[in-house]
Amino acid sequence: MSEITEVPSPFCGIGTDDLTIKVDGLKISVVENGCTVNTPAFEHEITDTKARINSKEVSLKEAILHAASLLKNTNYPVIAGCSTDVNGMRGLLALADRIGAVVDNANFNNARKNILALQDSGWMNTTLAEIKNRCDLLLIVGADLEGFAPRFFEKYLWNEAMFLENTSDRDIIYLGTKPSGNASTSPSGKAAQVFECSNENLPEVVAVLRALLKGQQIQAESVEGISITDLTTIAEKLKAAKYGVVTWAAGALNYPHAELTVQTISEMVKDVNQTTRCSGFPLGGKEGDQTANQVCGWTTGYAARVSFTKGYPEYDPFLFETNELLNNGEVDALIWVNAFNAKANPPQTNLPTIVVARSGMTFEKEPDVFIPVGTPGIDHTGHAYRLDNVVAIRLKKLRDSGLPNTSEVLNAIEQVLREESVC
Amino acid sequence: MLIKLTGGTVYDPASGVDGKQQDIYVQDGKIINKPTSEFLVDKEYDLKGKVVMSGAIDMHTHIGGGKGNIARTLLPEDHRNDPVASTHICRSGCGHAAPSTFITGYRYAEMGYTAGFEPAVLPINARQAHMEMGDIPILDKGGYVMLGSDDYLLRLLTAKKDQKAINDYVAWTMNAAKAIGVKVVNPGGINAFKFNQRKLDLDEQNSHYGVTPREILRVLATAVKEIGVSHPLHVHGCNLGVPGNMETTLDTIQGIGGLPMHLTHIQFHSYGTEGDFKFSSGAAKIAEAINKNKNITIDVGQILFGQTVTASGDNMRQHANHKFASPAKWVTMDIECDAGCGVVPFKYKDQNFVNALQWAIGLETFLLVEDPWRIFLTTDHPNGAPFTSYPHLIRLLMDRTFRNDVLSTIHPEAQKMTTLASIEREYTLQEIAIMTRAGAAKLIGLQNRGGLSAGNWADITIYTDNVDRQKMFEKPDYVFKDGELVVVDGKVVHTKWGTTHVVKPDYDKSIEKDLKTYFDKYLTMKVDNFKMSDDEITEDGRGSLTVHELKAVA
Repeated sequence: MSEITEVPSPFCGIGTDDLTIKVDGLKISVVENGCTVNTPAFEHEITDTKARINSKEVSLKEAILHAASLLKNTNYPVIAGCSTDVNGMRGLLALADRIGAVVDNANFNNARKNILALQDSGWMNTTLAEIKNRCDLLLIVGADLEGFAPRFFEKYLWNEAMFLENTSDRDIIYLGTKPSGNASTSPSGKAAQVFECSNENLPEVVAVLRALLKGQQIQAESVEGISITDLTTIAEKLKAAKYGVVTWAAGALNYPHAELTVQTISEMVKDVNQTTRCSGFPLGGKEGDQTANQVCGWTTGYAARVSFTKGYPEYDPFLFETNELLNNGEVDALIWVNAFNAKANPPQTNLPTIVVARSGMTFEKEPDVFIPVGTPGIDHTGHAYRLDNVVAIRLKKLRDSGLPNTSEVLNAIEQVLREESVC
Repeated sequence: MLIKLTGGTVYDPASGVDGKQQDIYVQDGKIINKPTSEFLVDKEYDLKGKVVMSGAIDMHTHIGGGKGNIARTLLPEDHRNDPVASTHICRSGCGHAAPSTFITGYRYAEMGYTAGFEPAVLPINARQAHMEMGDIPILDKGGYVMLGSDDYLLRLLTAKKDQKAINDYVAWTMNAAKAIGVKVVNPGGINAFKFNQRKLDLDEQNSHYGVTPREILRVLATAVKEIGVSHPLHVHGCNLGVPGNMETTLDTIQGIGGLPMHLTHIQFHSYGTEGDFKFSSGAAKIAEAINKNKNITIDVGQILFGQTVTASGDNMRQHANHKFASPAKWVTMDIECDAGCGVVPFKYKDQNFVNALQWAIGLETFLLVEDPWRIFLTTDHPNGAPFTSYPHLIRLLMDRTFRNDVLSTIHPEAQKMTTLASIEREYTLQEIAIMTRAGAAKLIGLQNRGGLSAGNWADITIYTDNVDRQKMFEKPDYVFKDGELVVVDGKVVHTKWGTTHVVKPDYDKSIEKDLKTYFDKYLTMKVDNFKMSDDEITEDGRGSLTVHELKAVA
């Protein structure tokens, strides 16, 4: 039995790296600083240790050869999920390049809301340490921050900062969804201001807020239940803050063209920066989403919804969506990669299916090939990106499970196909 | 395997060889003397009439790190114009302004380059820089770690810590970020922008810390010298792009008091305020100062006309220039009490007065600085132009007629504001070899690279001599990397992985106590998780580290 301290988590997205973890054989317990996201993710038990072909346990080598044989004559396979560490993504992209596959990160429909805004007009964003040390006003748009990251307030707001005398004085404002708990109430008892509306109404609310910020006259007295007076107060606070931060969770903006809301927020942040400092902060990037977009970014030029079918990477944030491709009968094989979350199941399909995923999956329909792999940060070292997309954390190996890494498996499949293509 | 390169005309400034016909022998990746006993040549290349140089080294090119990946994500439309398909040897990707990592490696190699150095590695983003560079095939690489706007350093300065404390912190950071040099970008300015300061002159105080850029430059240049790092402090100065900034640059040169200092992309810092448009060339005065001050080295940061993207740590200046974004989209970031970045797409136009004069200012600088060992050929890729434009730039430097032909097509008012037409100098092949090979290796402190004498690694580029220097330099006949033939006729025929060049200066281990307290109190990562370990670069079996010796410190 051993105890490992300062363990970084690839699960929560905020790069928590102060976990203390007890390892007893293959059993893992989070002893200190766990939360409702990290603790179950770390403690998830290994049940499968053997690869399977059509439900039958086989050697890793047999599974790899069979996977390669399934892929050999495909014309248009899709690699979905794409939830793994940096080396796993490197292997995944090498395989995709070899077989002419689509690469599609499972959470891309959410990431797309941010990426479309970025690619149309850009943004001014910040990272966690800047928030911790500078943020005097946090405007949370349409997100339940503590539901997203249970320790966010504790770790980044309610403790010492370099440039704020009393961090309890920070202004916290919710616009849209109201918080699910009281984490946003400061240690001195200062509660967040909450201006509630349904998230579907945020486009109007945010548009009016930006208009007020720019000094436009608004005739209405309220918008979607929020008074113009209240919105004016928010606008004034953004202008008065030394370092305001506006945060949103693309995943919580569940309505068509939510990218326009992200864009309005981002443009509003730019407006505020005409006179004072203010930054945007998108919440997202759990379980390898940012990692997928980063590695795909430097390998192809594009975020992680790319097709290699033509021999070179093509990016289309809509056409290459896995479910669309499956529903339209466009693809002819599915490879599902998710080394982090055994509860994330591949989409249902009758196509040849290869699953390279965390041990302990429960399938409604057993895939043709299932290869359980180690989890980055538990079974092997690796790198994963934090939600702010700047900091890559160094993941530790906590135990010897004998499970292969995602990269080893995908590289081995690629190697078999490469040798066959040369012969 | 013994390779013989027979009869080529060799330009090897590192050993004083200037266009002499000689044979080169390569064994086990390195250049060797002609064996004295009997020997069998496994492979011979007849290079009669060919030009032989060592592999070129780009000492300042943004090839790894977060801002580059922001630039990539920002510009799908640029990639779509330059898709690159996979082959049985090469991976697919994209090219032009913000090329993908694999294509970066191939295209550099296809121009005869065998090494590139990322000049702006944020300590907190060092992993990303090295991971991206880890996916650049063929090239050797390395990084200069960015300091000067990090709150830790500014706190040391405010607390009046002595130079030794600064030295220890700089050395510690170089180890943590796996760097071979130290860079400062808009000294203290990135930090000041977080306090809503919109400009920071050389003697202007940071509103929170009271520290000036001049002080930051002095302590960092001293630290780099005192810990024995070969590469002088790499300086992106104050006031980038501001008309009149030549005075700041001259003052920066004077103010460093003889300490070694490298001023990067100096073209962007050489502007006067004369003329109808209040924008003029300061190149002559800057060149004069460089010629006089032997402690100063520069790279130019030449601009060339066309679409590109500017990616910089200098978010203060990038924000100020966002209105010039073309296409109209841009990103800035404040980063982790460490630094920042700004990404602004840019289209340099020959019929735009300012752009046209920027082009001329860069060329004036190249031609007026006398010592090719102290000036380096860069476009600050991709900020002035993508690196793929180097052969064109070399032609501009080596061919006066061609240069003047292009000059006659740019904005007429810019033509009037430049002395370029009257400058007769044409760079020689040996001077090109100095700027892009021997000089660069010497400046960075690379041992056994950048030369063709025995003991050097066999990074060798062979060209067919051609009066059209652009054609000559864009398509080498052969490129060898560590003795392996990687390019034939300007196309990659084989790939391999280069090494990562670093230095590992010593430091007083006791400083980690204060760093741990600081990290625990203010940052979002444990200090031990912040430091990169060697195996992060080597564990995938492709990467390797080459640790270079430090200079003996008096």
